[in-house]
Amino acid sequence: MTPTGTFLSFLWLIPLFPLATAALMLFVGRRIPKAGVSLLCVGSVGLSFICAVGAVFELLAADLEHRVSQQILFEWLTPGPMQMTGGHLVRFVADWGFLLDPLSCVMVLVVTGVGFLIHVYSVGYMAHEGGYYRFFGYMNLFMFAMLTLVLANNMLLMFVGWEGVGLCSYLLIGFYFLKKSASDAGKKAFIVNRIGDAGFILGILLTAVTLGTIRFTSNGLPDAEGTSGILQSLKAAVDAHALAFGAPVLTGIALLLFVGAMGKSAQIPLYVWLPDAMEGPTPVSALIHAATMVTAGVYMVVRMNAVYQLAPAAMDVVAVVGAVTAIFAASMALVQNDIKKVLAYSTISQLGYMFLALGVGAFAAGIFHLMTHAFFKALLFLGAGSVIHAMSGEQDIRKMGGLWDKIPVTARTFGIATLAIAGIFPFAGFFSKDEILGRAFDRFFFLWIVGFVTAGLTAFYMFRLLFLTFFGYSRADEHVEKHIHESPRAMTVPLTILAGLSVIGGWIGWPGALGGENRFERFLEPVLAGVISETGAVRIAHHAVAKEIFLMVLSLSIAGAGIWLAYEFYRTKRIAPELVVKKWPKVYELLVHKYYVDEIYDALIVNRVKDLGTLLGVLDANVIDGLGVNGAGWLARFGSRVSMWWDKWVIDGLLNFGAKLTQLFSYPVRLLQTGLFSSYALLILVGLVVLLAYYGHHMQTLVRAVR
Amino acid sequence: MLPIGHYLFLSAALFIIGVIGVITRRNVIVILMSIELILNAVNINLVAFSRLYGDVAGQVFALFIIADAAAEAAVGLGIIIAFFRNRETVLADEMDLLKW
Repeated sequence: MTPTGTFLSFLWLIPLFPLATAALMLFVGRRIPKAGVSLLCVGSVGLSFICAVGAVFELLAADLEHRVSQQILFEWLTPGPMQMTGGHLVRFVADWGFLLDPLSCVMVLVVTGVGFLIHVYSVGYMAHEGGYYRFFGYMNLFMFAMLTLVLANNMLLMFVGWEGVGLCSYLLIGFYFLKKSASDAGKKAFIVNRIGDAGFILGILLTAVTLGTIRFTSNGLPDAEGTSGILQSLKAAVDAHALAFGAPVLTGIALLLFVGAMGKSAQIPLYVWLPDAMEGPTPVSALIHAATMVTAGVYMVVRMNAVYQLAPAAMDVVAVVGAVTAIFAASMALVQNDIKKVLAYSTISQLGYMFLALGVGAFAAGIFHLMTHAFFKALLFLGAGSVIHAMSGEQDIRKMGGLWDKIPVTARTFGIATLAIAGIFPFAGFFSKDEILGRAFDRFFFLWIVGFVTAGLTAFYMFRLLFLTFFGYSRADEHVEKHIHESPRAMTVPLTILAGLSVIGGWIGWPGALGGENRFERFLEPVLAGVISETGAVRIAHHAVAKEIFLMVLSLSIAGAGIWLAYEFYRTKRIAPELVVKKWPKVYELLVHKYYVDEIYDALIVNRVKDLGTLLGVLDANVIDGLGVNGAGWLARFGSRVSMWWDKWVIDGLLNFGAKLTQLFSYPVRLLQTGLFSSYALLILVGLVVLLAYYGHHMQTLVRAVR
Repeated sequence: MLPIGHYLFLSAALFIIGVIGVITRRNVIVILMSIELILNAVNINLVAFSRLYGDVAGQVFALFIIADAAAEAAVGLGIIIAFFRNRETVLADEMDLLKW
């Protein structure tokens, strides 16, 4: 039966809680006391977590194939007719709706659960920082955007969340915005992501015109038959032979979407922003740049798995990019000295693993690794934050050492996370990584080798980090040394819980070869069914138990080799790292400078864009200002000159001509106006005499009349 | 009683002297005095005819004219003084501000 329940019908509350507190913080946060900020912001994420757990349990109550719940709050973009590539019109609609299925279950639990722990941790970590309410406001805004992303029931709403997390990432990387490097890093993250987002939005548009809908599925809607979803449209198109396995348009959609995923999930060639993003506060690195946001690309690809399964070429691209990113980033992590930078490259490398899994068709394994990685990488970052906290802000592992007993909780939890990421049995990372490697082995032997070597590198650089930070003699300054202290409980409790998850988190995917039944994969199966049953090698293959165990032993042994090498290098010092560096100085230089990728990008793209800007500036100064503005000015002045000439000679001339004419005709009259009143008097007299002479004969009559 | 012709001759003579004075003299004060002559020539006429016809109205007119002449002299001299203060002249041919 379709799952029902209170929590499911109030699914929209999950993203709403953080949005409400985010709005509160960003509008009136300044006036709320710190305790209130902590309570509200951590509490709202806690409430989201409770709602999410409730909703997931209600969903689990249903049978395996009915586990999908979808609700549409309202039609968001006004529906209208849209012409598809086929030429016929469809009713296009983008709604504000939420979808909870096994895949979003995993994501929503990871996001709210790990997010909640990181929020609790932040209360301790950010206690002495300025902008406390601003930090939590952004964090909650991020939670809202991330939850919108994972719960969205269509691509466009997902894109809203996608952009929202990008914005929050930018805001939080640049949290210490007075620091130039921090604000630069924020801008870099934003701009690099923009390239990916362009691909994503093109992918959405191509999907819309190809399939006529951007809703992921119509399953779980009351009128599932009447409405369409990507899954249903795809199935219909395949059944009608309109789209075939490997159709170019599907490959196009898949690749465009993958460009978006490359940006958000920091894959080659768009990974460059993630190491710089470490400028943000450490909880931000844990939440956004390790556990949740950067996995959005993985989630998106899995969400669109029906398309990917029909586009084998795109899948191969995903696998190769993932594998290359994994080994490339791991190699850079080998020589980093900043504790957070090591973890950043490690994150890129692990994300590469996830994409390798997706590319070889192991979507469930990718999501599995996403989940376990969220646990142990969040723990590593939080542990690193705790170390930085203890070391009074020092991030250079060359100035650490000997912290094992000084900050015991941090050190032991960090150790557990290191074992987990190195893939040691029975920690979480072992199961997910092994699942990926096993599936890669079946698909592409070469990519398996790449992943295999990466596993060794991972074990090496993580144990290098562990040994340099926590073991040996302390290399810290004296006054830093004095201040070393374990972090407050608000920080250590989340560490402990995450450590627990890093141990047991992988057990839900206990593989069949070891007597388990891989519940995790079974749980996700309904979402990953695809639209046709025979998609070749992409389909889940059940390889032989013996081979699987052999592969496990192999990956355990290379991890062990990595750990042993790190031990020899940095613990017993039987092999001096300096000698190795001296032996291959060029390799070391290349790694320290991160393969000069930033420099190459600067030379090839950034500076060329700047040149373009300068060119446009010159163009602006000369053509726009010169021809346009100054030209218009010159024209206006010329026009006014003509107008002035006309005014002076024609308009005024006419008037003056009239005046001259009047003057000319008035000349005789003027002669009378002598200005001498004697002459006027004479004229009066003359006039009088004339009058008298003329009327003289009347005088007699006049006089007689008087008499 | 002298015949009316005498009076009229005297009056005409005075009038002509006054008119010639008004027309020919440059000094405004002299012109003013000439006007007085004209007025008095008229007065003689009025009084003579009044006597001749035994009608008192002519003499009443004469008295009005005397009063008018006094007022005219007062205003005229006032104008002349004001003008003199401005232009430092009392010569009529220099009073040409109204000329174009």
